[in-house]
Amino acid sequence: MKTRYSFGGDEHIFVEVDEEMSLEAFFKSLSMTTAVRNAKIDGITEICPANASFQVKFDPDVIAPDVLMERLKTFEVAAENAEKTIDTRIIEMPVLYNDPWTHETLMRFRERHQDPDGTDLEYAARINGYDSVEKFIEAHSGAPWFVSMVGFVAGLPFTYQLVERARQIEVPKYLRPRTDTPKQTVGYGGCFGCVYSVRGAGGYQMFGITPMPIFDPKGERSYLKDLFLFRPGDIIRFKPIDRETYDATLAEVEAGRYEPKIASVQFSLDAFNADPEGNNAKLLEALDG
Amino acid sequence: MADAAMFEVVKPGLATTVQDLGRPGYYHLGLPISGAMDRFALIAANRLVGNPDGAAGLEAVFLGPVLKFSADAVVAVTGATMPPKLDGAEQPLWTAFQIFAGQELSFGYLKAGARAYIAIAGGVDVPEVHGSRSTYALGGLGGFEGRALQSGDQVKIGAPTGPSKLGVTIPEDVRRAAPASGTLLRAMPGLYWHRITEESQGSFFEDTWTVAPEADRIGYRFKGGRALDFVPRKPPFGAGSDPSNIVDSCYPYGSIQVPGGTEPIVLHRDAVSGGGYFMVGTVISADMDLIGQLQPHQPVRFESIDMEGALAARREERARLDRLGEFIGA
Repeated sequence: MKTRYSFGGDEHIFVEVDEEMSLEAFFKSLSMTTAVRNAKIDGITEICPANASFQVKFDPDVIAPDVLMERLKTFEVAAENAEKTIDTRIIEMPVLYNDPWTHETLMRFRERHQDPDGTDLEYAARINGYDSVEKFIEAHSGAPWFVSMVGFVAGLPFTYQLVERARQIEVPKYLRPRTDTPKQTVGYGGCFGCVYSVRGAGGYQMFGITPMPIFDPKGERSYLKDLFLFRPGDIIRFKPIDRETYDATLAEVEAGRYEPKIASVQFSLDAFNADPEGNNAKLLEALDG
Repeated sequence: MADAAMFEVVKPGLATTVQDLGRPGYYHLGLPISGAMDRFALIAANRLVGNPDGAAGLEAVFLGPVLKFSADAVVAVTGATMPPKLDGAEQPLWTAFQIFAGQELSFGYLKAGARAYIAIAGGVDVPEVHGSRSTYALGGLGGFEGRALQSGDQVKIGAPTGPSKLGVTIPEDVRRAAPASGTLLRAMPGLYWHRITEESQGSFFEDTWTVAPEADRIGYRFKGGRALDFVPRKPPFGAGSDPSNIVDSCYPYGSIQVPGGTEPIVLHRDAVSGGGYFMVGTVISADMDLIGQLQPHQPVRFESIDMEGALAARREERARLDRLGEFIGA
C-alpha cells in the first residue's frame, strides 16, 4: 500500500491511500480523515473520504498549501497503526431484485450492454461463476456491505462487500452510460455496489430496486431530516423481498410511516479478517436480535 | 404592509436558476457547492443593488427570462453581454436601474459570454437549504422548488437591506471581459497526471480544445485535441479494465477528467463529487468564473501553471474584488 499526495489545484489536496481497493485501504483512508477532522486545522473547509483515497478542500489564504501538505502527511503513520475498529450502524435495505422498473430500463438501453440478449443479473451471475440468478442474489444479499464512499450525486452510497477478495463480485460498467436509471436502483460497477439516490444517468449494472428513500431534498421524512441517510463507514444489509412486501413497504413510505431498521454495531477489521463469516453473522444478529 | 413583493416568470429562458455563493460543507455526502458559476459577476450585481455579496440572484444561461414585477424594485444585470430591457427599452449592463410595479424585464440576444446575473434589491427570497438558496437541479434541492424557473412561477423578493447604487455603472476596467477566442485556462497538472505518456502530457497543453455542446453547471466538456495515450499498467483491483479508470475517488472542483482519454471534462459548481475516471489536473480557482462564461464551440487552450502561479492568480482575483470595492463599496 503506497500513499500518494497531490494538489488538486490551489484549493484541494488529494490523497490516494492505495491504487487498488481493499478494506485495509478503506480503513486507512477513514482513519486519516477522522484524524484530520479531529485536528480541527484552520483553513480546511471540507474533508471527503472515498473508497481508497480522500480529499481535503482548503482556503490557501488561511493556510499555505505546502504547510497543509506536510501536516497531512504526519497523520499517515498514526493511521497505519490506529486500531482498525469503528463504532458504526448497520442499516437494513429491503430490495426487490429483478424488479419490473429496472428491467424495463435495462431493456431500453440493451444496445449499450455487453450482453444484449440477457439481463444485467444474468450477465453478472454468469461472469462471476454462479450457475443461476438465484445463487447470485444469495451471494449479493448473503454478506453485509460497507459504505466506502458517499457521492457522485447527493447521498449515493458506494458499497463494498464484506467478503474475502476471491468472493468479491466484479462486473464492468455498461459499454456506454445510460441516460436514465430509476430512483433507488441497486446497481453494480467494478467491485462496488451503489444505490442511486436520484433518477438520472448511470453506467452501473442494475440488479433491483429498494422502496426505501435514501435522500430527501426537502428534509421532510422523519429519518431524512439531514437530507441524507448514509455516511461513509455505515454497514448495509440488502434484504431480498417479494413484490407484495415491496408494495406494502412503498405504501408505508408514501404514508410517511416508514422507518428503516438500524442497529448500532462495532466493526473490527482484525476480527473480520480472522473470521469473516462469524463476524458477519454477529453484525446481522444486531439487526435481527 | 403590502403583499410580499414578487415577480412572475412570463418566459423562463433556457435554464434560469436561483443562485447565491453556494452551499459548502456537504461535498463528502455528494452534495456539491452549487452557486453562481461566475461569482464575481453575482457579487458585482449584488453590490449595485445594495445586497450582501451572498444574496440570491438569478443565473440565466444563453437566453434570458421575461419577468413581470409586482412591486417597485432596483435591479442590476452583470456577467454575459445580454442586454436587459424594461418594457422593451434597453437598459445598461453592470448598472443599477429602477423597475416599477407592473413593468416587464426581458433580455436581448446574447452577444458575449454565457451567463447573465440578475440581482434584485432584497434578493430572491426562496427557503434556505443547508445555509444556501442555490439551486442544485440534479438533486432537486434548493432554489425555487429545486429546479430551473418555469413559466407562471411566482417568486418572492426579500426586503432590501442596504442602499442601492441606482444609476451607477461599473466601469469596463473593473469588470471581467468575456473570454475571447483562444482563452487560456490555467491548470495545475497532478492527481493522475502520471497515467498518461510524456508525449500526451505535451499535447494536452499544446492542443486547442473547443467547448462541446455538453457544457453545463456540472461540467464543461471539451473536444478537438489529440487523444491521450496511457502508460501501460495491470488494472488495480476495483478500478475497471479501461486505462482511464481508477478506483472511484473524489473529484476536486475544477478537476479535468478525460474518460477514455478523448474529451476532457472540467467539473464546475454542480460537480459530481466522485467517480471512476482519472484526472490530469485541476483548473485553478482564479479561472473558474471564466469557464462559466464560455460558449459552446469556443476554442480554448489549457496552460500549465504551478502552485506559486496559481496563488499569484488568486491574488489578482482578490485585487479585482478590491477595485470593485473601491469603486462601489464592499
